[in-house]
Amino acid sequence: MSAVATKVQEEKKPLLSKKDRKLITDPLSDNNPITIQVLGICSALAVTTQLKPTMVMAISVLAVIIFSNVIISLLRNLIPGRIRIIVQLTVISVLVILVDQILKAFLYDVSKQLSVFVGLIITNCIVMGRLEAFAMGNKPGSALLDGLGNGFGYGVIILMVAFAREFFGSGKIFGFQVIPDAAYEMGYVNNGLMLIPAGALFVIAIIIWIQRSLNKNLEEA
Amino acid sequence: MRNSNNYIILFAVIVTVVAAILLASAATLLKPMQDANLLKEKQQNILAAVGRTGENDYKDFDKLIESIVVDKKGETVSGIEPLAVNLAYEKRVQSKNPDHKLNYPLYIYTNEAGEKTYILQLAGTGLWGPIWGYLALDQDGETVRAAIFDHKGETPGLGAEINTEAFQSKFTDKKIFDTEGNFTSVKVQKGTFDASDPYQSVDAISGGTITSNGVSQMLETDIKFYLAYIQKQQKN
Repeated sequence: MSAVATKVQEEKKPLLSKKDRKLITDPLSDNNPITIQVLGICSALAVTTQLKPTMVMAISVLAVIIFSNVIISLLRNLIPGRIRIIVQLTVISVLVILVDQILKAFLYDVSKQLSVFVGLIITNCIVMGRLEAFAMGNKPGSALLDGLGNGFGYGVIILMVAFAREFFGSGKIFGFQVIPDAAYEMGYVNNGLMLIPAGALFVIAIIIWIQRSLNKNLEEA
Repeated sequence: MRNSNNYIILFAVIVTVVAAILLASAATLLKPMQDANLLKEKQQNILAAVGRTGENDYKDFDKLIESIVVDKKGETVSGIEPLAVNLAYEKRVQSKNPDHKLNYPLYIYTNEAGEKTYILQLAGTGLWGPIWGYLALDQDGETVRAAIFDHKGETPGLGAEINTEAFQSKFTDKKIFDTEGNFTSVKVQKGTFDASDPYQSVDAISGGTITSNGVSQMLETDIKFYLAYIQKQQKN
């Protein structure tokens, strides 16, 4: 009996402590890398004309940020302070090049669309910011969660931007036409602004606007 | 200890070696798949120029397409694998060393009715980087059947429009000679003419002037190269 009871109790114990959950949820909203910290804007403008490449980009960044966070966190007591930045950069670069090579081998079409922007994950401030600010001083477990949170925080926003841009710019979702031909015949026109990078800025600005008006804590004095 | 010079150097060396080993093995392992992707894309592009856009057509590439390499005098050159010719690279070499002889790959498609289509390979420069394409010429050697273009990094919505159906379809039925038989190529220009006339230019892309000029230039130089071979075929 008692054995069963302890087992049940164990299951009831949350998998993640409150602090751990905060590591994941914070970057999703209150401390989002794009809308609050305004990092990684370059790729958010460049890759978000369509949902499919954006999805691949989001997964790539997620993978890079998680692995680099964990690797740096594992090495944090070995890395000499004077060369820590370049060590972080090396780890990121290796991971990004691996992702790029894998995309070229298995997802050639998407890798063509993403072109240089996969390589530019290396310079994405979100990744390096997390390594320097978090992974250098925390255990691998927390670093993993932090990477997960920030990777999703980035991914969610660029997917929202891509959704808006593909829908209003091309009338499609994931490459499938959703605005009926009849609408075009009646004079509906796709919004060309959405296809150029400036369109992404407007979309991101609107997202930031909505987020800040919903969450008064974020308003700056 | 962590801040001694020896430790820092040792650490840096280890990180570098591990990174190098990882990257080298990944590159070696994935190379065959990446090369296969590039070849497949090339074959699909060539087949698309003659309207064979079936999912698996590229598997029959060797049966459907006769691939040869021609020189400027119109002679076939043996000993070079046509699909392996990197035209952009050859042109770069030639621009530095004028003695370097260019050889162009030529793909010939024969349909069920026995009519031939010549597929010319094109390579040029747009605004931001290389552009390339394939041009399918009818058996008569003067009418464009189809054109396919692609680019490395032209501006989306402007120059990048060259790889869209809307732009490429404008080339169909254009003539590369004028009515008197002089070579004119197919020009891409700002539209102040009747674009439906096969002897006229193709309407360029607004906002993509430099890319459009690049396409125009690429067509002129590269079609010219093939003329000797194609005219030789016409006489036979």
